[in-house]
Amino acid sequence: MRHLLSIEDLDRADIERICDRAGAFEEVAEREVKKVPALRGRTVLNLFYEASTRTRSSFELAAKRLSADVVNFAASGSSVEKGESLKDTILTLGAHKPDAIVIRTPWAGAAELVSRWTPAAIVNAGDGKHEHPTQALLDVHTLRRRLGNLDGAKIWIVGDVLHSRVARSNILAFQKMGAEVTVAGPPTLIPRGIEALGCDVRYTLDDLPQADVVYALRMQHERMTDSFVPSLREYATWYQVNGRRLGPRQVLMHPGPVNRGVELSAEVVDSPQAVITAQVAAGVVVRMAVLYEVLAHANATAPHETDPSHPVPA
Amino acid sequence: MAASPLVRADAPDATLVVRGAHVLDPRSGIDEVTDVVVRGGEVAAIGRDADAPEGAETVDGTGRHLFPAFVDPHVHLRTPGQEHKEDLETGTRAAAAGGFCAVLAMPNTDPVVDSAPLLRSLRDAARLQARIPVGFLPAITRGLGGTELTEMAELREEGAVGFTDDGRPVVSAGMLRKALQYQRLCGGVIALHEEDPSLSGKGAMHEGEVSALLGVAGIPSISESTMVARDAMIAGYEGGRIHVQHLSCVESVAAVAAAKERGVQITAEASPHHLLLTHEAVRTLDTRMKMNPPLRTEADRQALIEGLRSGVIDCVATDHAPHARDEKEVPFEQAPMGTTGLETSFAALYTELVKPGVLPLELVLRRLTDGAALFGLPTPVIQPGAPANLALVDLGAEWVVGDGGYESRSANCCFDGRTLQGRVVLTVAAGAVAYRTRSFEVVA
Repeated sequence: MRHLLSIEDLDRADIERICDRAGAFEEVAEREVKKVPALRGRTVLNLFYEASTRTRSSFELAAKRLSADVVNFAASGSSVEKGESLKDTILTLGAHKPDAIVIRTPWAGAAELVSRWTPAAIVNAGDGKHEHPTQALLDVHTLRRRLGNLDGAKIWIVGDVLHSRVARSNILAFQKMGAEVTVAGPPTLIPRGIEALGCDVRYTLDDLPQADVVYALRMQHERMTDSFVPSLREYATWYQVNGRRLGPRQVLMHPGPVNRGVELSAEVVDSPQAVITAQVAAGVVVRMAVLYEVLAHANATAPHETDPSHPVPA
Repeated sequence: MAASPLVRADAPDATLVVRGAHVLDPRSGIDEVTDVVVRGGEVAAIGRDADAPEGAETVDGTGRHLFPAFVDPHVHLRTPGQEHKEDLETGTRAAAAGGFCAVLAMPNTDPVVDSAPLLRSLRDAARLQARIPVGFLPAITRGLGGTELTEMAELREEGAVGFTDDGRPVVSAGMLRKALQYQRLCGGVIALHEEDPSLSGKGAMHEGEVSALLGVAGIPSISESTMVARDAMIAGYEGGRIHVQHLSCVESVAAVAAAKERGVQITAEASPHHLLLTHEAVRTLDTRMKMNPPLRTEADRQALIEGLRSGVIDCVATDHAPHARDEKEVPFEQAPMGTTGLETSFAALYTELVKPGVLPLELVLRRLTDGAALFGLPTPVIQPGAPANLALVDLGAEWVVGDGGYESRSANCCFDGRTLQGRVVLTVAAGAVAYRTRSFEVVA
């Protein structure tokens, strides 16, 4: 795999291979020295045009655990604020010869565009409201750990689907893994035409008990000022996943950060059904697997790699 | 006394004979292989073995077609202020290369063409630079701001063909009503870009399955159709004359049809890109496919084709909208709206609609010239004594759009890379040779 731009580009075998390798990397986090030399001498550039703590630090940690050199480049306070175009930024940073660029932007398709301007491997860490493929991969990984497999699983994605790149990537990834996906939320926040992705659409949580997995999306305060919902109070009344709505055998997921009391009640965040911290932990190993996939795996002649099929050299 | 509406740079009258071309003009009824003599700005004679005037150039028309040259009522020439995208010379050169003998330029320049002195200086510049006759539509409202009328009567005396705020809608119904009332004094078609910004919002493409997949904010078709319906009501009430620009959806076609049925003085245009492409082309987020109104669904496209056939849509207009490479070489949502279209208009329609038998060639030729009369301009016609406005076209010639570059200063063409059939080899506009292919052979 040359780049990771979109879940659309992956098939089930790709997703399983990445998750399996992520599983193999889990052991690294348990070591006293949490590092393997798989990407020693490689340079990973984190290029973030949007504020991000979790995703950026998760990628940083993933790269460092693989012994890569990491450079963080935030758009604020940089040449971008002086009016440099995305293309010029990529060409400039490309002069440092990064092996991989992890990029987040507020613009759909930007990661794909960037992949045409640099020989570096591109990992999409979120492009506008389009996709967030590593989030979907870590969610699949978390669910495989919990459920064994996703075949036939009924997964409900609840909340602001319209503005969510997580929703789009996850609908595609869950379906590729054999799950049946339903999206539910206020009609103002369900994009017209989303059925074309093969998911069911609901405007209430009446049938939520059918779900094996409940995936709540973050509800942002500005949606209220834009009149997508009349108030967060009314939103919570209709769409909050709480102790009354969540069954004991259901799995609860959330991409974070959680708005307690809005999309999730406090008691479900702390409930045994919730796998939210497991998702965060999966973030590092899945991103290790992704970086390994696009860097080490793509180049079998890497000096420190004798057998690319063994992801964790002793 | 109003100024003549079209201006161009001085050019010598051509003296030439096109020999052996298949001359086809659905208006004059001519449809035969014959010779056409051009002299003194006019079609001097038509007939086999017509005598060549003294010093005439002979053009070999064998295997080629001679059509009335086309008229485009909707182009952006970008002068003044945006000459890095296009200017009067490059824009009219692109038009001539596409077989056009006249174009109407939009006022959303920098500054906006909204006053008589500006219009005068622009027309003066066109008298030096324009390769084919150009007319100008100044703004309806000052600065395209939507709140104050321009001095429409003075602008008309200065040569305004009509008025438009193209690029932006006239959001206020009251403002449009006043413009239509004022039109009784000064005349001039009011051309409307129909869009309700409260519905289109920050949209960058058609709202539908593809935008849902891409997570790009959508522009719903109702943002156009509701405004078409509203403005048709206002025009009907005031007895005003409006022209609806770049129809894009089935509901807008229906709204225009219903208004025509009621007797409203309304006409409409459709662009080659809306007639030939759909939002599926946006899947790759290619910024050349970003235009306003956006490419919509196959059902919308079919409705536009049907509208063109039935005459609900009166003419084809390219909405030629050049943008510099660096402006389009950005993420889709950041890119400006627009595609170039002058150089590909005929070939694209011929390749995708005429060749497969969707529309007859004669109908496409009519719709490529019908824009003239809508704005009170003479319609190009091939008959003795008529002004010489001719496009010599090789219908068999295949070419790859963009290979060898463009005559336009910009390359943001939605058909870039496509293989099209039908190439303009010679354009005569208002009696002068405005374009000939570089490989064109002169037969002595």
